[in-house]
Amino acid sequence: MNSKTPRFTLITLTSLALLSGCSGDTEAPAGIAPQKFTDALFAVMEADRTVYTRKVVQRLANEEKVIKASEHWSDDKALPLPAQMFRFGSEAVAEKTDAFSYTLQSIWPINDQNSPKTQMERDGLQFVVDNPGKNFYGEETLGGVTYFTAVYPDVAVSPACVSCHNEHRDTPRSDFKIGDVMGGVVIRVPL
Amino acid sequence: MRMSNTSLWILWALLTLALCGWLGYSLLLSDDNEIFLLGQTSHGHHQIELACTSCHTSAFGGQEVLQDACMNCHGDALKAAQDDHPRSKFTDPRNADRLAEIDARYCIACHREHKPELTGEMGVTRPDDFCFHCHASIAETRPSHAGMEFNTCASAGCHNYHDNTALYEDFLLTHAGQPDLLEKMRVPVRGHHTDENHADALTLADIDMPATLSMDSDIPSQWQQSAHARSGVNCSDCHSNDAADSGVESQQPAWIEKPDHNSCRSCHEQQVSGFLSGMHGMRLAAGLTPMRPALSWKPMRAQAADITLSCNSCHQAHDYNPVRAATESCLGCHADNHSLAYQNSKHAALWQQEISGSADSGSGVSCATCHLPRETHQKNGKDVVRVQHNQNHNLRPVEKMARDVCMHCHGLGFTLDALADPALRANNFQGRPAAHIESIRMAEERLRQQQENRQNRGTGQ
Repeated sequence: MNSKTPRFTLITLTSLALLSGCSGDTEAPAGIAPQKFTDALFAVMEADRTVYTRKVVQRLANEEKVIKASEHWSDDKALPLPAQMFRFGSEAVAEKTDAFSYTLQSIWPINDQNSPKTQMERDGLQFVVDNPGKNFYGEETLGGVTYFTAVYPDVAVSPACVSCHNEHRDTPRSDFKIGDVMGGVVIRVPL
Repeated sequence: MRMSNTSLWILWALLTLALCGWLGYSLLLSDDNEIFLLGQTSHGHHQIELACTSCHTSAFGGQEVLQDACMNCHGDALKAAQDDHPRSKFTDPRNADRLAEIDARYCIACHREHKPELTGEMGVTRPDDFCFHCHASIAETRPSHAGMEFNTCASAGCHNYHDNTALYEDFLLTHAGQPDLLEKMRVPVRGHHTDENHADALTLADIDMPATLSMDSDIPSQWQQSAHARSGVNCSDCHSNDAADSGVESQQPAWIEKPDHNSCRSCHEQQVSGFLSGMHGMRLAAGLTPMRPALSWKPMRAQAADITLSCNSCHQAHDYNPVRAATESCLGCHADNHSLAYQNSKHAALWQQEISGSADSGSGVSCATCHLPRETHQKNGKDVVRVQHNQNHNLRPVEKMARDVCMHCHGLGFTLDALADPALRANNFQGRPAAHIESIRMAEERLRQQQENRQNRGTGQ
């Protein structure tokens, strides 16, 4: 084997590497824009949440009264509440991926752990209450990681939402009406 | 005489090789890994601390590897307990600031092993006021908690970090006001294999042991009176591996003189799985020699020190007497105060009445009634009662025993008080609880206050 062959190969590879590095055009990051991504996620979440609330809980528990819906669904052999159903989904997603995360929060939470915690959550939840029909978007840094954070309104879509929240003994607000923004869905995507 | 440099190098190389060889042999070939033990492990793991790879499944991967190992053994129990602090709560970025205090995504944040100087009763290696880090403002929403020390959250008998299934507020309210003794005091009665398909009963004429083998003369009659014979289980069903297991279709099944838990497992999968998960079988599950009372940290009878634990050590071979397995087998080894006090307890008197036939099934309380409890499961839409063979499943914290055991006969208030009294536990519940847990009263008071506030709002006061 010619002893110069390895040297020639090295020079060729180095030249190719340098040339490719000097190609000039910097490509934009491929993929979906964070806002488009979170809007799509929320569309699915909102649809599923509405369907479960109207066609399962409201229909079976409140109207046909064939089964109860209960916070203690396991002990009571009942349907999980819509907010629990949403949280269980969120926890299941968290076990599968860290590409995004989501939570259901409110300025008037039944469980205090679901009240806004970061400044962006506080701003976002207040924004969706003050601006019906609009979403809130921003960026925040948590634990050294920057996130695209989107807050979407969570609207009372059924009598089940209103009656349960107004009558719960831990509720901080008891005058919700159908159509009110009761809280918000916060979706985060690490950037 | 001075050694030359060359001789010193050779000596150094030989000593290094010998050391490496010894360490390599200890690590890879020997059963004795004690040289690598960095410190004694907790009460939960001491039996398997020399089976390093039970937890350290890979040399690489750090915390995630350890976390996977924790969840491999404890994940199902945490799910069953509806863990109040699952990992998914802490992977949410909004809790990033909390992780700076305690990285609760990992079990080892609170349960560090090999740290006996830090390890507390529950295997917790943190100061016991850890709730403070996330719940410092609890008194704002629960004024009744104002002034309470954060090291009393769990120690006062009100809260657990993981399992609050017997302590959550609505459960307390639902069971408030129950009498100490319930009107109907019955534990579930073991099913008679109604959930399984069994063959017809066998008689002595059906014994299929090879004629070339001999056996003790009392074995056939023990077997004939056992549930095995009644269920059509012959000698070869336990004493041989079938051809499919041996991998050779035409090969005759090999006769096993002393079948182990693997034979039992072919019919009793859940029972064996429970056995291997608990203190009795965890060494076998880790690939170590069987547990012996001599290895236990608890007081044991000296004459039982070298009994090796298997299914047969409690159930005995051939007669499989479930009554003996429920008390006599336990008391043959265990010699702590609680065990020694059992025979004089009210629970024992009830058990004697049940096994003598003078009281109903399910009215007596054996050791197994509490420590290997009968659990009701759903199978094909039917209730099936099975014995939980992991006796650690409901042992710590003590409140885990409340729902699945005590509350079959006792009210919640009495149950929580009795479980919180260490002296009463030690004397096997002879007497009244000296402890009193305030949680039911506090829950009732909070409910009354909420109802009053709501009424006042309604009347505009």
